Amino acid sequence: MTIKLGVPSKGRLMEKTFQWFGARGITLQRTGSDREYAGAVEGIDDVTLMLLSAGEIPRELAAGRIHLGVTGTDLVQEKLALWEQLVQPVEELQFGHADLIIAVPQAWIDVDTLDDLDAAAAAFRAHHGFRLRIATKYHRLVRNFLRAAGVADYALVDSQGATEGTVKNETAEAIADITSSGETLRANHLKILSDGMILQSQATLWRSRTAPMEDADRVTMAKLTELLA
Amino acid sequence: MPTRSETLARAAALRALFEAQGAVLVEPPILQSAETLLDLYGEDIRARAYVTSDALRGEQMLRPDFTVPVVQMHMLHGAEPARYTYSGEVFRRQELDPGRANEYIQVGYEVFDREDPAAADAEVFALIADALKGLPLRAITGDIGVLMAAVEGLQTTARRKQALMRHIWRPRRFRALLERFAGRAPLPPSRVALLAGEVTCSAPLIGVRSGAEVEARVTALKDDAAAPAIPAMQVDLIQALLDVRETMPHALSRLRDLAVDMPAIAGAVNRVAAREIALKARGVDTANLLFEASYGRTTMEYYDGFVFGFRSETRAGLPTIASGGRYDALTRRLGQGREIPAVGGVMRPGLMLELEGAQ
Repeated sequence: MTIKLGVPSKGRLMEKTFQWFGARGITLQRTGSDREYAGAVEGIDDVTLMLLSAGEIPRELAAGRIHLGVTGTDLVQEKLALWEQLVQPVEELQFGHADLIIAVPQAWIDVDTLDDLDAAAAAFRAHHGFRLRIATKYHRLVRNFLRAAGVADYALVDSQGATEGTVKNETAEAIADITSSGETLRANHLKILSDGMILQSQATLWRSRTAPMEDADRVTMAKLTELLA
Repeated sequence: MPTRSETLARAAALRALFEAQGAVLVEPPILQSAETLLDLYGEDIRARAYVTSDALRGEQMLRPDFTVPVVQMHMLHGAEPARYTYSGEVFRRQELDPGRANEYIQVGYEVFDREDPAAADAEVFALIADALKGLPLRAITGDIGVLMAAVEGLQTTARRKQALMRHIWRPRRFRALLERFAGRAPLPPSRVALLAGEVTCSAPLIGVRSGAEVEARVTALKDDAAAPAIPAMQVDLIQALLDVRETMPHALSRLRDLAVDMPAIAGAVNRVAAREIALKARGVDTANLLFEASYGRTTMEYYDGFVFGFRSETRAGLPTIASGGRYDALTRRLGQGREIPAVGGVMRPGLMLELEGAQ
């Protein structure tokens, strides 16, 4: 048996993760051709690298098919109900920072807080006959947040990409999305609600609470966590 | 735990009880229009109901309750007065508590009758209470209509009353609004700046919400800032009303005291009193029946008058065994111009058997 480590399979998230492990004496690398999702681990024995889509890592951790995985707090909390019972954060990796926020058009000078959003949503529904639409891919997180805040008369519409453009395209009135610097929001004439911070996320190394381990795996895991600490 | 066939047998027996009262058996489909339910409950329903979809009909929901389809059916072609009974599975997502069933059998009884609302309330409650006799349960009753009448009677603008009415079901938001309207909560800095005319924007307006709508709300906020605060005494009276939690006779005398200072609730309090008499006439021991003025406010339901629930005395963690209430406004919303006073309740035979087994 080996310890299975899930890492995002492409882009900056993969590179930064490789660097983070490299700085701790563990070399992760892709093997084979550029298009092949196979990897190798040096610096510790009995650890297997699994290159996966960042969005699938929470599910694999929860199912216990991987022992460790790197992915954002946002994805873990969106995809896993009762996530605390399924996974445990090992280390925050200090990159991949992103805030899940609610943003509305800058020209809405009357809307700055959730309370404003709620009132504007009521008036919008009365005027247009449908609920104020919020575009997002983080349905559970956004819904739970708005319910706790007592916001009503909105509808979530699914947007898996280019979410900042949905308001201009008139497929939504507001958005809930991740942002790191806010530049894309500003460029699209949107502003963040002052109390609209849903979650502050960053790349995090998670440990599965459900993955089966043999004695040898426990030894490997102990060695690994010592190197990473 | 009772088996499925035991639960179904009990459900059939309960249904027969209601049929003996003249109720017509109805069997609404499991798949319900997602649009109707979303329109009624908003996005919150998605956290509670299972959504499914196909390429032809779009989104549909596995019925989270029977009341909505029964009301729809009655409003479409029901005779008057009408009594209905039904039983079958309802489906509820349980993402926070894996111990709670996400599929269970409900048996229900619904009364559509214009004649005597107090008698209809008492009929539904007493029949369900009878069916539950012998189980270690405690009944709680309430009346959302009293709170609604209190809000309606506040000395303030129509807009504020409307905002409070809209959030009757969200106690935290309701409280926050009331504090703000009473001038007891500080305004956020952005609102202060907006009212002072210090907020401008050079960014282009994008999206469906128009400049006129933004302007209209700015005007509304300025009007609101100029409107006098709701007197502190009236806010305290609402709180005193929400705090009423006594047995029926004491609660009624408390409500009558409050009605002296809040004359707007007098009519609603009279309805509570009439209901007490009707319950007594049905043999309910109202001297020991709990009345909680805030009961039923957090259940995301559509009740706007009498509400009731039966909870286990021995197992606090168990969901409500039976519950119900009056939903006149729902018939108006689903009735496309027509309406009829309606009251109903549901029971969970599976939980009843579980409690019997534990005795």
